Amino acid sequence: MASKIEEKLYLTRFQAAEQSHLTVIDHDVCLTKCTEKWCTHFCPTDVYRWEGTRMHVGYEGCVECGSCRIGCPYGNIHWVYPEGGKGVVYRLA
Amino acid sequence: MSLKYEAIVVGAGPAGITAAYELARRGRDVLLIERGPYPGSKNVMGGILYTYPLREIIPNFWEKAPLERPILEQRYMLLDDDGHVAFAFRDPSWSDPPNAFSVLRAKFDQWYAAQAVAQGALLINETTVTELIVEDERVVGVRVDRPEGDVYADVVILADGANSLLAKQIGFHKEWLPEEVALAVMEVLSLPKDTIESRFNIGPEEGVSIEMLGEATLGLPGMAWLYTNKESLSIGVGVTLSSLREARMKPYALLERLKAHPTVQRLIEGSKPEEYLAHLIPEGGYRSIPRLVGHGVVVTGDAAQFVNAVHREGSNFAILSGKLAAEVVDEALSLGDTSENVLVRYRDRVMRGVIGADLKKYADTIPLLEKNPHYLKHYMPRLHGALRELFTVDGIPKKEKQKRMIELLTADRGKWGAARDVWRLGRAMW
Repeated sequence: MASKIEEKLYLTRFQAAEQSHLTVIDHDVCLTKCTEKWCTHFCPTDVYRWEGTRMHVGYEGCVECGSCRIGCPYGNIHWVYPEGGKGVVYRLA
Repeated sequence: MSLKYEAIVVGAGPAGITAAYELARRGRDVLLIERGPYPGSKNVMGGILYTYPLREIIPNFWEKAPLERPILEQRYMLLDDDGHVAFAFRDPSWSDPPNAFSVLRAKFDQWYAAQAVAQGALLINETTVTELIVEDERVVGVRVDRPEGDVYADVVILADGANSLLAKQIGFHKEWLPEEVALAVMEVLSLPKDTIESRFNIGPEEGVSIEMLGEATLGLPGMAWLYTNKESLSIGVGVTLSSLREARMKPYALLERLKAHPTVQRLIEGSKPEEYLAHLIPEGGYRSIPRLVGHGVVVTGDAAQFVNAVHREGSNFAILSGKLAAEVVDEALSLGDTSENVLVRYRDRVMRGVIGADLKKYADTIPLLEKNPHYLKHYMPRLHGALRELFTVDGIPKKEKQKRMIELLTADRGKWGAARDVWRLGRAMW
Protein backbone atom coordinates (compact mmCIF):
# COMPACT_ATOMS: atom_id res chain seq x y z
CA MET A 1 0.00 0.00 0.00
CA ALA A 2 1.24 3.44 -0.87
CA SER A 3 0.39 5.17 2.37
CA LYS A 4 3.16 7.76 2.59
CA ILE A 5 3.13 10.78 0.31
CA GLU A 6 6.59 9.93 -1.05
CA GLU A 7 5.24 6.56 -2.16
CA LYS A 8 2.19 8.18 -3.75
CA LEU A 9 4.26 10.72 -5.66
CA TYR A 10 6.46 7.94 -6.94
CA LEU A 11 3.39 6.73 -8.86
CA THR A 12 2.76 10.07 -10.52
CA ARG A 13 4.77 11.28 -13.49
CA PHE A 14 6.32 14.75 -13.52
CA GLN A 15 8.15 16.73 -16.16
CA ALA A 16 9.87 19.26 -13.94
CA ALA A 17 10.38 22.79 -15.22
CA GLU A 18 13.62 24.61 -14.49
CA GLN A 19 11.82 27.54 -12.89
CA SER A 20 9.28 27.42 -10.08
CA HIS A 21 5.75 28.40 -11.01
CA LEU A 22 5.00 28.94 -7.29
CA THR A 23 6.33 31.92 -5.38
CA VAL A 24 5.92 32.90 -1.75
CA ILE A 25 5.33 36.63 -2.11
CA ASP A 26 6.58 37.75 1.31
CA HIS A 27 8.50 35.25 3.44
CA ASP A 28 8.03 37.52 6.47
CA VAL A 29 4.28 36.84 6.39
CA CYS A 30 4.92 33.09 6.81
CA LEU A 31 7.35 33.77 9.64
CA THR A 32 5.47 36.37 11.63
CA LYS A 33 1.76 36.29 10.72
CA CYS A 34 1.00 32.70 9.79
CA THR A 35 1.38 30.73 13.01
CA GLU A 36 -0.43 27.69 11.57
CA LYS A 37 1.56 27.34 8.30
CA TRP A 38 -1.76 26.37 6.72
CA CYS A 39 -0.37 25.37 3.33
CA THR A 40 1.78 22.69 4.95
CA HIS A 41 -1.43 20.99 6.14
CA PHE A 42 -3.68 20.94 3.11
CA CYS A 43 -1.31 20.75 0.12
CA PRO A 44 -2.04 17.30 -1.38
CA THR A 45 1.60 16.65 -2.27
CA ASP A 46 3.43 18.37 0.61
CA VAL A 47 4.99 20.97 -1.68
CA TYR A 48 5.34 23.34 1.28
CA ARG A 49 7.72 22.52 4.10
CA TRP A 50 8.49 24.86 6.98
CA GLU A 51 12.19 24.97 7.67
CA GLY A 52 12.26 26.88 10.94
CA THR A 53 12.47 30.37 9.52
CA ARG A 54 11.49 29.97 5.91
CA MET A 55 8.93 28.20 3.74
CA HIS A 56 10.55 25.74 1.38
CA VAL A 57 8.63 25.34 -1.89
CA GLY A 58 9.21 21.98 -3.60
CA TYR A 59 7.46 22.99 -6.82
CA GLU A 60 8.75 19.90 -8.64
CA GLY A 61 6.12 17.75 -6.89
CA CYS A 62 3.22 20.17 -7.45
CA VAL A 63 0.15 18.69 -9.17
CA GLU A 64 -1.18 22.18 -10.00
CA CYS A 65 -4.45 21.90 -8.09
CA GLY A 66 -4.45 25.55 -6.97
CA SER A 67 -5.41 24.92 -3.33
CA CYS A 68 -2.48 26.92 -1.92
CA ARG A 69 -3.37 30.03 -3.92
CA ILE A 70 -6.97 29.90 -2.70
CA GLY A 71 -6.32 28.47 0.76
CA CYS A 72 -3.52 30.77 1.95
CA PRO A 73 -5.40 33.15 4.28
CA TYR A 74 -2.85 35.88 3.55
CA GLY A 75 -2.99 35.60 -0.24
CA ASN A 76 0.74 35.15 -0.02
CA ILE A 77 1.29 32.64 -2.82
CA HIS A 78 1.79 33.78 -6.39
CA TRP A 79 0.54 30.91 -8.53
CA VAL A 80 0.73 30.42 -12.27
CA TYR A 81 0.70 27.33 -14.46
CA PRO A 82 4.07 25.79 -15.30
CA GLU A 83 5.34 26.45 -18.82
CA GLY A 84 3.66 24.41 -21.55
CA GLY A 85 4.40 20.68 -21.40
CA LYS A 86 5.93 20.87 -17.91
CA GLY A 87 4.59 19.84 -14.51
CA VAL A 88 2.40 16.87 -13.68
CA VAL A 89 1.59 14.42 -16.50
CA TYR A 90 -1.33 12.17 -15.57
CA ARG A 91 -1.34 8.85 -17.40
CA LEU A 92 -4.65 7.42 -16.13
CA ALA A 93 -7.61 9.21 -14.56
CA MET B 1 0.35 28.48 -37.03
CA SER B 2 -1.36 31.48 -38.65
CA LEU B 3 -1.81 34.23 -36.10
CA LYS B 4 -5.52 34.94 -36.53
CA TYR B 5 -8.39 32.50 -36.02
CA GLU B 6 -12.13 32.81 -35.91
CA ALA B 7 -12.06 31.22 -32.46
CA ILE B 8 -9.45 30.18 -29.92
CA VAL B 9 -10.41 27.66 -27.25
CA VAL B 10 -8.22 27.60 -24.14
CA GLY B 11 -8.05 24.16 -22.52
CA ALA B 12 -8.65 20.69 -23.96
CA GLY B 13 -11.04 19.23 -21.38
CA PRO B 14 -14.67 18.23 -22.03
CA ALA B 15 -15.87 21.85 -22.42
CA GLY B 16 -13.03 23.02 -24.66
CA ILE B 17 -12.90 19.93 -26.86
CA THR B 18 -16.67 20.11 -27.38
CA ALA B 19 -16.51 23.80 -28.33
CA ALA B 20 -13.66 23.13 -30.76
CA TYR B 21 -15.44 20.07 -32.23
CA GLU B 22 -18.70 21.92 -32.77
CA LEU B 23 -17.05 24.97 -34.33
CA ALA B 24 -14.79 22.90 -36.61
CA ARG B 25 -17.79 20.83 -37.70
CA ARG B 26 -19.43 24.08 -38.85
CA GLY B 27 -16.35 24.88 -40.91
CA ARG B 28 -14.95 27.46 -38.50
CA ASP B 29 -11.24 28.14 -38.22
CA VAL B 30 -10.57 27.11 -34.62
CA LEU B 31 -7.43 26.72 -32.52
CA LEU B 32 -7.54 24.52 -29.41
CA ILE B 33 -4.70 25.23 -26.95
CA GLU B 34 -3.67 22.68 -24.30
CA ARG B 35 -0.90 23.25 -21.75
CA GLY B 36 -0.21 19.56 -21.07
CA PRO B 37 1.78 17.20 -23.32
CA TYR B 38 -1.56 15.75 -24.46
CA PRO B 39 -5.25 16.37 -23.68
CA GLY B 40 -6.08 14.67 -20.41
CA SER B 41 -2.58 14.90 -18.95
CA LYS B 42 -3.74 17.62 -16.53
CA ASN B 43 -7.35 16.53 -16.19
CA VAL B 44 -8.89 14.63 -13.31
CA MET B 45 -12.35 13.38 -12.50
CA GLY B 46 -13.85 10.65 -10.32
CA GLY B 47 -14.87 9.77 -12.93
CA ILE B 48 -18.35 9.17 -14.17
CA LEU B 49 -19.15 10.37 -17.69
CA TYR B 50 -22.86 10.61 -18.49
CA THR B 51 -23.72 9.78 -22.07
CA TYR B 52 -25.96 12.86 -22.26
CA PRO B 53 -25.22 15.28 -23.88
CA LEU B 54 -22.19 13.80 -25.66
CA ARG B 55 -24.42 11.22 -27.41
CA GLU B 56 -26.13 14.12 -29.22
CA ILE B 57 -22.78 15.33 -30.54
CA ILE B 58 -21.27 11.94 -31.42
CA PRO B 59 -24.11 9.36 -31.62
CA ASN B 60 -23.18 5.98 -30.13
CA PHE B 61 -19.78 7.34 -29.09
CA TRP B 62 -19.45 4.42 -26.67
CA GLU B 63 -18.89 2.06 -29.59
CA LYS B 64 -15.61 3.81 -30.39
CA ALA B 65 -14.40 5.75 -27.36
CA PRO B 66 -12.00 4.33 -24.74
CA LEU B 67 -14.39 3.95 -21.81
CA GLU B 68 -14.21 1.70 -18.78
CA ARG B 69 -17.53 0.18 -17.66
CA PRO B 70 -21.16 1.22 -18.19
CA ILE B 71 -22.60 2.06 -14.77
CA LEU B 72 -25.61 -0.17 -14.12
CA GLU B 73 -25.73 0.29 -10.38
CA GLN B 74 -25.36 3.28 -8.08
CA ARG B 75 -24.63 2.57 -4.45
CA TYR B 76 -24.62 5.03 -1.58
CA MET B 77 -22.96 4.31 1.71
CA LEU B 78 -23.02 6.17 4.95
CA LEU B 79 -19.90 5.00 6.74
CA ASP B 80 -19.82 4.73 10.50
CA ASP B 81 -16.60 4.12 12.49
CA ASP B 82 -16.46 0.51 11.37
CA GLY B 83 -19.84 -0.23 9.77
CA HIS B 84 -22.16 1.36 7.25
CA VAL B 85 -25.71 2.08 6.11
CA ALA B 86 -26.15 1.42 2.40
CA PHE B 87 -28.59 2.00 -0.42
CA ALA B 88 -28.30 0.61 -3.94
CA PHE B 89 -30.14 1.24 -7.18
CA ARG B 90 -29.69 -1.14 -10.09
CA ASP B 91 -31.40 -0.97 -13.46
CA PRO B 92 -30.54 -3.23 -16.42
CA SER B 93 -32.15 -0.67 -18.77
CA TRP B 94 -29.07 1.49 -18.13
CA SER B 95 -27.16 -0.76 -20.50
CA ASP B 96 -29.15 0.26 -23.58
CA PRO B 97 -28.93 3.13 -24.13
CA PRO B 98 -26.20 3.51 -21.51
CA ASN B 99 -26.69 6.25 -18.92
CA ALA B 100 -23.11 6.66 -17.77
CA PHE B 101 -19.64 5.13 -17.95
CA SER B 102 -16.65 5.09 -15.68
CA VAL B 103 -13.73 6.65 -17.55
CA LEU B 104 -10.04 7.30 -17.16
CA ARG B 105 -9.60 10.84 -18.39
CA ALA B 106 -6.06 10.69 -19.78
CA LYS B 107 -7.30 8.11 -22.29
CA PHE B 108 -10.73 9.54 -22.95
CA ASP B 109 -9.71 13.17 -23.43
CA GLN B 110 -7.05 12.18 -25.96
CA TRP B 111 -9.64 10.29 -27.97
CA TYR B 112 -12.21 13.07 -27.76
CA ALA B 113 -9.66 15.72 -28.80
CA ALA B 114 -8.71 13.55 -31.78
CA GLN B 115 -12.36 13.67 -32.90
CA ALA B 116 -12.26 17.49 -32.81
CA VAL B 117 -9.04 17.41 -34.85
CA ALA B 118 -10.72 15.08 -37.36
CA GLN B 119 -13.44 17.73 -37.76
CA GLY B 120 -10.77 20.27 -38.64
CA ALA B 121 -9.77 21.90 -35.34
CA LEU B 122 -6.08 22.68 -34.86
CA LEU B 123 -4.81 21.28 -31.54
CA ILE B 124 -1.62 22.71 -30.06
CA ASN B 125 -0.25 20.92 -26.99
CA GLU B 126 2.46 21.98 -24.53
CA THR B 127 1.36 25.59 -24.72
CA THR B 128 0.32 27.64 -21.72
CA VAL B 129 -1.83 30.71 -22.23
CA THR B 130 -0.27 33.24 -19.88
CA GLU B 131 -2.83 36.01 -20.41
CA LEU B 132 -5.67 37.29 -22.54
CA ILE B 133 -4.93 40.16 -24.89
CA VAL B 134 -7.45 42.92 -24.25
CA GLU B 135 -7.88 45.99 -26.46
CA ASP B 136 -10.57 48.62 -25.89
CA GLU B 137 -12.40 46.40 -23.35
CA ARG B 138 -12.51 43.59 -25.85
CA VAL B 139 -10.69 40.25 -25.73
CA VAL B 140 -8.86 39.98 -29.04
CA GLY B 141 -6.51 37.06 -28.48
CA VAL B 142 -4.20 35.16 -26.16
CA ARG B 143 -0.56 35.43 -25.18
CA VAL B 144 1.20 32.05 -25.06
CA ASP B 145 4.56 30.93 -23.70
CA ARG B 146 5.91 30.08 -27.13
CA PRO B 147 8.23 32.05 -29.37
CA GLU B 148 5.29 32.97 -31.63
CA GLY B 149 3.86 34.86 -28.67
CA ASP B 150 0.50 36.43 -29.48
CA VAL B 151 -2.37 34.72 -31.28
CA TYR B 152 -5.53 36.59 -32.24
CA ALA B 153 -9.16 35.56 -32.72
CA ASP B 154 -12.64 37.01 -33.13
CA VAL B 155 -13.71 35.09 -30.02
CA VAL B 156 -11.81 33.38 -27.19
CA ILE B 157 -13.63 30.54 -25.42
CA LEU B 158 -12.31 30.01 -21.90
CA ALA B 159 -12.32 26.33 -20.94
CA ASP B 160 -9.27 26.54 -18.70
CA GLY B 161 -10.72 24.59 -15.83
CA ALA B 162 -11.34 24.94 -12.10
CA ASN B 163 -8.63 27.49 -11.41
CA SER B 164 -10.16 29.83 -14.00
CA LEU B 165 -7.17 32.18 -14.04
CA LEU B 166 -8.06 33.89 -17.32
CA ALA B 167 -11.61 34.85 -16.32
CA LYS B 168 -10.06 36.24 -13.14
CA GLN B 169 -7.56 38.27 -15.17
CA ILE B 170 -10.36 40.12 -16.96
CA GLY B 171 -12.33 40.68 -13.76
CA PHE B 172 -15.13 38.14 -14.35
CA HIS B 173 -14.54 36.89 -10.79
CA LYS B 174 -12.21 37.98 -8.03
CA GLU B 175 -10.91 34.62 -6.88
CA TRP B 176 -12.70 31.56 -5.56
CA LEU B 177 -13.10 31.43 -1.79
CA PRO B 178 -11.93 28.29 0.05
CA GLU B 179 -15.59 27.33 0.60
CA GLU B 180 -16.31 27.56 -3.14
CA VAL B 181 -13.94 24.75 -4.09
CA ALA B 182 -13.48 21.15 -2.96
CA LEU B 183 -10.03 19.61 -2.92
CA ALA B 184 -10.28 16.07 -4.27
CA VAL B 185 -7.54 13.47 -4.03
CA MET B 186 -7.78 10.06 -5.62
CA GLU B 187 -5.93 6.93 -6.58
CA VAL B 188 -6.29 4.47 -9.39
CA LEU B 189 -5.87 0.95 -7.97
CA SER B 190 -5.29 -1.95 -10.33
CA LEU B 191 -7.21 -5.14 -9.63
CA PRO B 192 -7.83 -8.18 -11.86
CA LYS B 193 -11.00 -8.05 -13.93
CA ASP B 194 -12.44 -11.25 -12.46
CA THR B 195 -11.85 -10.07 -8.92
CA ILE B 196 -13.67 -6.81 -9.63
CA GLU B 197 -16.63 -8.64 -11.16
CA SER B 198 -17.05 -11.17 -8.37
CA ARG B 199 -16.38 -8.69 -5.59
CA PHE B 200 -18.84 -6.08 -6.87
CA ASN B 201 -21.37 -8.63 -8.13
CA ILE B 202 -21.30 -7.46 -11.75
CA GLY B 203 -20.94 -8.98 -15.21
CA PRO B 204 -18.08 -8.45 -17.67
CA GLU B 205 -19.66 -5.34 -19.23
CA GLU B 206 -21.12 -3.85 -16.09
CA GLY B 207 -19.96 -1.30 -13.59
CA VAL B 208 -20.83 0.10 -10.18
CA SER B 209 -20.44 3.54 -8.67
CA ILE B 210 -20.31 3.95 -4.90
CA GLU B 211 -20.63 7.34 -3.22
CA MET B 212 -19.71 7.48 0.45
CA LEU B 213 -20.57 9.95 3.19
CA GLY B 214 -20.18 10.17 6.94
CA GLU B 215 -16.94 8.81 8.32
CA ALA B 216 -15.76 8.65 4.70
CA THR B 217 -15.10 12.40 4.84
CA LEU B 218 -14.67 12.57 8.64
CA GLY B 219 -18.03 14.37 8.60
CA LEU B 220 -16.57 17.23 6.55
CA PRO B 221 -18.77 18.64 3.75
CA GLY B 222 -17.93 16.56 0.73
CA MET B 223 -18.07 13.06 -0.65
CA ALA B 224 -15.93 10.00 -1.20
CA TRP B 225 -16.27 7.60 -4.10
CA LEU B 226 -15.24 4.21 -5.40
CA TYR B 227 -15.85 3.39 -9.07
CA THR B 228 -15.17 0.22 -11.01
CA ASN B 229 -13.05 0.48 -14.15
CA LYS B 230 -12.21 -2.42 -16.47
CA GLU B 231 -9.16 -3.60 -14.58
CA SER B 232 -8.87 -0.98 -11.88
CA LEU B 233 -10.78 0.96 -9.26
CA SER B 234 -10.89 4.74 -8.85
CA ILE B 235 -11.09 5.75 -5.20
CA GLY B 236 -11.13 9.30 -3.95
CA VAL B 237 -12.38 11.82 -1.46
CA GLY B 238 -13.19 15.49 -1.88
CA VAL B 239 -14.09 18.04 0.80
CA THR B 240 -14.37 21.82 0.74
CA LEU B 241 -10.98 23.46 1.04
CA SER B 242 -12.27 25.64 3.88
CA SER B 243 -13.32 22.64 6.00
CA LEU B 244 -10.16 20.69 5.22
CA ARG B 245 -8.05 23.67 6.26
CA GLU B 246 -10.05 24.09 9.45
CA ALA B 247 -9.66 20.38 10.28
CA ARG B 248 -5.89 20.64 9.71
CA MET B 249 -6.07 17.40 7.80
CA LYS B 250 -3.78 16.33 5.04
CA PRO B 251 -6.02 15.30 2.14
CA TYR B 252 -4.09 12.11 1.50
CA ALA B 253 -4.49 11.17 5.18
CA LEU B 254 -8.25 11.40 4.60
CA LEU B 255 -7.83 9.07 1.62
CA GLU B 256 -5.76 6.60 3.66
CA ARG B 257 -8.39 6.57 6.43
CA LEU B 258 -11.02 5.81 3.83
CA LYS B 259 -8.98 2.97 2.36
CA ALA B 260 -8.48 1.49 5.82
CA HIS B 261 -12.19 1.50 6.72
CA PRO B 262 -13.31 -2.17 7.04
CA THR B 263 -16.11 -1.78 4.47
CA VAL B 264 -13.82 -0.16 1.93
CA GLN B 265 -10.75 -2.19 2.73
CA ARG B 266 -12.50 -5.42 1.74
CA LEU B 267 -13.51 -3.93 -1.58
CA ILE B 268 -10.02 -2.78 -2.53
CA GLU B 269 -8.06 -5.62 -0.91
CA GLY B 270 -5.19 -6.92 -3.02
CA SER B 271 -5.23 -3.93 -5.36
CA LYS B 272 -2.11 -2.03 -6.33
CA PRO B 273 -1.89 1.79 -6.47
CA GLU B 274 -1.04 2.94 -9.98
CA GLU B 275 -1.45 6.71 -9.84
CA TYR B 276 -2.14 9.42 -7.25
CA LEU B 277 -4.01 12.53 -8.37
CA ALA B 278 -5.38 15.76 -6.92
CA HIS B 279 -7.61 18.45 -8.38
CA LEU B 280 -10.03 21.17 -7.36
CA ILE B 281 -13.76 20.79 -7.96
CA PRO B 282 -15.66 24.07 -8.26
CA GLU B 283 -18.54 23.53 -5.83
CA GLY B 284 -19.72 27.06 -5.17
CA GLY B 285 -22.83 26.45 -7.25
CA TYR B 286 -25.31 29.02 -8.47
CA ARG B 287 -24.08 31.99 -6.44
CA SER B 288 -20.48 31.45 -7.50
CA ILE B 289 -21.12 31.54 -11.25
CA PRO B 290 -18.83 34.29 -12.57
CA ARG B 291 -19.66 36.73 -15.32
CA LEU B 292 -19.96 34.45 -18.37
CA VAL B 293 -19.73 36.76 -21.37
CA GLY B 294 -17.82 39.82 -22.52
CA HIS B 295 -16.82 41.38 -25.83
CA GLY B 296 -15.07 38.56 -27.70
CA VAL B 297 -15.07 36.10 -24.80
CA VAL B 298 -17.22 33.40 -23.16
CA VAL B 299 -16.55 31.15 -20.12
CA THR B 300 -17.45 27.43 -20.04
CA GLY B 301 -17.25 24.31 -17.86
CA ASP B 302 -15.38 24.22 -14.55
CA ALA B 303 -14.02 27.72 -15.20
CA ALA B 304 -17.64 28.90 -14.88
CA GLN B 305 -18.38 26.78 -11.75
CA PHE B 306 -20.78 24.57 -13.73
CA VAL B 307 -20.83 21.67 -11.26
CA ASN B 308 -23.78 20.10 -9.46
CA ALA B 309 -21.93 18.77 -6.42
CA VAL B 310 -25.00 17.05 -4.93
CA HIS B 311 -25.36 14.80 -7.98
CA ARG B 312 -21.64 14.74 -8.85
CA GLU B 313 -22.39 16.11 -12.31
CA GLY B 314 -19.75 18.25 -13.97
CA SER B 315 -18.40 16.86 -17.22
CA ASN B 316 -21.93 16.74 -18.64
CA PHE B 317 -22.36 20.45 -17.89
CA ALA B 318 -18.91 21.12 -19.32
CA ILE B 319 -19.84 19.39 -22.58
CA LEU B 320 -23.24 21.11 -22.75
CA SER B 321 -21.76 24.55 -22.07
CA GLY B 322 -19.07 23.96 -24.71
CA LYS B 323 -21.80 23.01 -27.19
CA LEU B 324 -23.90 26.09 -26.39
CA ALA B 325 -20.82 28.32 -26.59
CA ALA B 326 -19.97 26.96 -30.04
CA GLU B 327 -23.53 27.50 -31.29
CA VAL B 328 -23.58 31.12 -30.15
CA VAL B 329 -20.04 31.87 -31.34
CA ASP B 330 -20.98 30.45 -34.76
CA GLU B 331 -24.04 32.71 -34.89
CA ALA B 332 -21.97 35.72 -33.83
CA LEU B 333 -19.36 35.02 -36.52
CA SER B 334 -22.10 34.75 -39.16
CA LEU B 335 -23.54 38.07 -38.03
CA GLY B 336 -20.09 39.64 -38.05
CA ASP B 337 -20.70 40.81 -34.49
CA THR B 338 -18.78 39.04 -31.71
CA SER B 339 -19.48 41.71 -29.13
CA GLU B 340 -21.21 40.96 -25.86
CA ASN B 341 -24.50 42.05 -27.48
CA VAL B 342 -24.63 38.78 -29.44
CA LEU B 343 -22.54 36.51 -27.19
CA VAL B 344 -24.95 37.20 -24.32
CA ARG B 345 -27.18 34.60 -25.98
CA TYR B 346 -24.77 32.02 -24.54
CA ARG B 347 -25.48 33.14 -20.99
CA ASP B 348 -29.22 33.16 -21.66
CA ARG B 349 -29.23 29.62 -23.10
CA VAL B 350 -27.06 28.27 -20.27
CA MET B 351 -29.14 29.84 -17.54
CA ARG B 352 -32.51 28.95 -19.09
CA GLY B 353 -31.45 25.36 -19.74
CA VAL B 354 -30.65 22.46 -17.42
CA ILE B 355 -27.36 23.94 -16.15
CA GLY B 356 -28.98 27.11 -14.84
CA ALA B 357 -32.05 25.26 -13.58
CA ASP B 358 -30.13 22.62 -11.63
CA LEU B 359 -27.55 24.99 -10.17
CA LYS B 360 -30.37 27.27 -9.03
CA LYS B 361 -32.27 24.36 -7.50
CA TYR B 362 -29.28 23.39 -5.33
CA ALA B 363 -28.07 26.94 -4.70
CA ASP B 364 -28.57 26.62 -0.94
CA THR B 365 -27.53 23.01 -0.37
CA ILE B 366 -23.74 23.23 -0.12
CA PRO B 367 -23.79 26.58 1.76
CA LEU B 368 -26.28 25.06 4.26
CA LEU B 369 -24.06 22.03 4.91
CA GLU B 370 -20.98 24.23 5.06
CA LYS B 371 -22.49 26.60 7.61
CA ASN B 372 -24.20 23.86 9.66
CA PRO B 373 -21.64 21.11 10.21
CA HIS B 374 -24.02 19.28 12.56
CA TYR B 375 -25.92 17.86 9.57
CA LEU B 376 -22.92 15.73 8.74
CA LYS B 377 -21.32 15.45 12.17
CA HIS B 378 -24.40 14.97 14.34
CA TYR B 379 -27.07 13.15 12.35
CA MET B 380 -25.04 10.78 10.22
CA PRO B 381 -23.37 8.84 13.06
CA ARG B 382 -26.67 8.85 14.97
CA LEU B 383 -28.60 7.46 12.03
CA HIS B 384 -26.34 4.42 12.19
CA GLY B 385 -26.99 4.13 15.94
CA ALA B 386 -30.74 4.50 15.47
CA LEU B 387 -30.84 1.71 12.89
CA ARG B 388 -28.72 -0.51 15.15
CA GLU B 389 -31.37 0.00 17.82
CA LEU B 390 -34.14 -0.95 15.39
CA PHE B 391 -32.51 -4.03 13.92
CA THR B 392 -31.02 -5.50 17.09
CA VAL B 393 -33.35 -8.13 18.60
CA ASP B 394 -32.96 -8.12 22.37
CA GLY B 395 -36.44 -8.43 23.86
CA ILE B 396 -37.10 -4.68 23.92
CA PRO B 397 -40.48 -3.90 22.32
CA LYS B 398 -40.34 -2.03 19.00
CA LYS B 399 -42.42 0.84 20.40
CA GLU B 400 -39.77 1.43 23.06
CA LYS B 401 -37.06 1.15 20.41
CA GLN B 402 -38.74 3.81 18.29
CA LYS B 403 -38.76 6.10 21.31
CA ARG B 404 -35.06 5.51 21.83
CA MET B 405 -34.36 6.16 18.16
CA ILE B 406 -36.14 9.53 18.28
CA GLU B 407 -34.28 10.41 21.49
CA LEU B 408 -30.97 9.48 19.92
CA LEU B 409 -31.61 11.46 16.73
CA THR B 410 -32.92 14.55 18.47
CA ALA B 411 -30.52 14.58 21.42
CA ASP B 412 -28.72 17.93 21.74
CA ARG B 413 -30.80 19.39 18.93
CA GLY B 414 -34.19 19.04 20.65
CA LYS B 415 -37.33 17.87 18.86
CA TRP B 416 -38.08 21.32 17.47
CA GLY B 417 -34.46 21.84 16.50
CA ALA B 418 -34.42 18.51 14.71
CA ALA B 419 -37.72 19.27 12.96
CA ARG B 420 -36.29 22.60 11.80
CA ASP B 421 -33.12 20.88 10.57
CA VAL B 422 -35.16 18.44 8.50
CA TRP B 423 -37.32 21.25 7.10
CA ARG B 424 -34.32 23.39 6.14
CA LEU B 425 -32.46 20.52 4.50
CA GLY B 426 -35.60 19.49 2.65
CA ARG B 427 -36.09 23.01 1.35
CA ALA B 428 -32.45 23.21 0.21
CA MET B 429 -32.64 19.86 -1.57
CA TRP B 430 -36.13 19.57 -2.99
